[in-house]
Amino acid sequence: MLHYVAKRLLFTIPVLIGISLLLFFMLRMLPGDPAQVLAGQMATPEEIQTIRQQLGLDRPIHIQYASFLGRLARLDLGLSARTQNPVIQEIWARLPNTILLAMTAISLACLFGIPAGILSAVRPYSWIDYIVTIAALFGISMPVFWLGLMLVVVFSVILKWLPAGGTGGWQHVILPSITLASFVVAFIARMTRATMLEALSQDYTTTARSKGLTEKTIIIKHALRNALIPIITVVGLQFGLLLGGAVLTETVFAWPGLGRLIVDSILARDYSMIQGTILIFGLLYTLVNLAVDLIYAFVDPRIRYD
Amino acid sequence: MSSQTKPLLSITDLKTCFHTLDGVVNAVDDIQFDVYPGETLGLVGESGCGKSVTALSVLRLLRCPPAEITGKICFENRNLLELNSEEMRNIRGKDISMIFQEPMTSLNPVLTIGEQIAEAARNHKRMTRQEAWRWAVEMLRMVQIPGPNTRARDYPHRLSGGMRQRAVIAMALSCNPKLIMADEPTTALDVTIQAQIMNLMVHLKEEFKTAIVLITHNLGIIAEMASRVIVMYAGKIVEEAPIQELFKDPRHPYTKGLLGSIPVIGRKDKTGRYLQEIPGIVPSPLDMPVGCRFNPRCPKVMDRCKKEEPPMVRQGEHRRVLCWLEA
Repeated sequence: MLHYVAKRLLFTIPVLIGISLLLFFMLRMLPGDPAQVLAGQMATPEEIQTIRQQLGLDRPIHIQYASFLGRLARLDLGLSARTQNPVIQEIWARLPNTILLAMTAISLACLFGIPAGILSAVRPYSWIDYIVTIAALFGISMPVFWLGLMLVVVFSVILKWLPAGGTGGWQHVILPSITLASFVVAFIARMTRATMLEALSQDYTTTARSKGLTEKTIIIKHALRNALIPIITVVGLQFGLLLGGAVLTETVFAWPGLGRLIVDSILARDYSMIQGTILIFGLLYTLVNLAVDLIYAFVDPRIRYD
Repeated sequence: MSSQTKPLLSITDLKTCFHTLDGVVNAVDDIQFDVYPGETLGLVGESGCGKSVTALSVLRLLRCPPAEITGKICFENRNLLELNSEEMRNIRGKDISMIFQEPMTSLNPVLTIGEQIAEAARNHKRMTRQEAWRWAVEMLRMVQIPGPNTRARDYPHRLSGGMRQRAVIAMALSCNPKLIMADEPTTALDVTIQAQIMNLMVHLKEEFKTAIVLITHNLGIIAEMASRVIVMYAGKIVEEAPIQELFKDPRHPYTKGLLGSIPVIGRKDKTGRYLQEIPGIVPSPLDMPVGCRFNPRCPKVMDRCKKEEPPMVRQGEHRRVLCWLEA
């Protein structure tokens, strides 16, 4: 097991190099000149040239990439062209916020999505199933920014129960995580319903019933454990997406996370910052996938890594 | 099995139908039979004749709806169809248990063998975790699984088909039930393993004094194990007879056909073929023939058979035939 984990961790290195390679060259294909953006509208060609030299953008692209990799090996992601702070420092400042929000959202989604899916699978085509289905449809089709704004209107503006944005206490996390969880909860509920329906129709469920076990034992111990594998996959993938893709929610709630950082950096053509943030996303995503694979082995004894 | 002994299970007018989009399917149509304590009753017939549905109806393991079970299933003088779900749960696994056809799919892949045996015991015998586990290991020893201590900790995918079926049998026996419904317990296994499992069941039946309803299409297994046989065709019981009499003197044309279709080395029929068959196919449950359900395939069909349903003709305590020829 440890051997497997070590191997998988080593594998993340070529993955990250691949990401950096793609990223590095794609970034430079974007229209717009970072030196121009930094220097401003009124800058002379000489000033722009100086900035270009400072950023090392005048050198051939493969040399730029090599020096980027060299610095990366020393965990140095460079300076942000926009703020002149070390990229790693900016990321560190925002990473906890992003992780907090993603964790809260995914926990909320599991907490409500899985039981809702189980309920509708246990009583398919009952009123409870229809309610869950309709709610899921809303959750999946509601635009995130609109839901976020509506929550702000109701809970911050009208009721004045919760803050409309920013960070601080636990109250600040509630609205953005609900907004972020709405899609995921619906997705998880539908997935749980489908896999639970399948598990409940399997022979081993009939066997369990023939032993005189209680419905609760049959559902939780026999069916759910078998239904969990696809659910874990979905939760893992969604968690990975939440880590990287909360841009809209972060914008609506002025939440200082990585999503907004990356959008701001792209607008400013801040190459170092974009590279750094996306590499961190890549790293987080591969780690989440590794965690998912390890949880598989824990849930399903047929999966073993040795 | 004289009339003095009270039957353990007494089924009367049992009808099980399924409400489907195409119409109502009468999978089991008005059958009656008794099972006596400690006996082995064979239930034979082709696929789709209602054997398995009968077993599932007794334990009420069919989802209702779409299924609908009517009639009386009396177990120790209690009509199982009138029990609430809690009372029914106390009978399942404890008084009546079931052995399923496919040991590959009937065991839960994510739970250890020991746990799957122990949970029934824990549930019905009020055992603690440790007691139930020791009991599960003991059961595995009973069904002759080598190294039961380590095997109990194994998951189903680590066991061979034969071993898995032994584990399923251990599970069915774990609460010492009075009746086991064994639904094709050896069909999914290869022939040598089949013989081992059958021997094991004969041996355990003696030891536990359990009655078995053995559901199969394999007449060889019936001949070896059962003391009495019920033959089903298209949801109806067509013949019942003690085992010796059935093989010596089958009366229903369908039973004759079934027995005739067992190939005997060196024996040819009138047309010079080694394997005799029953012509035609089993009728669709949505479109049953009028009169006797076997009439389109029967070699001795008469006019009456195509118009009126045949009567059940009793010919002794455990001898009956559903046929106009015997009326």
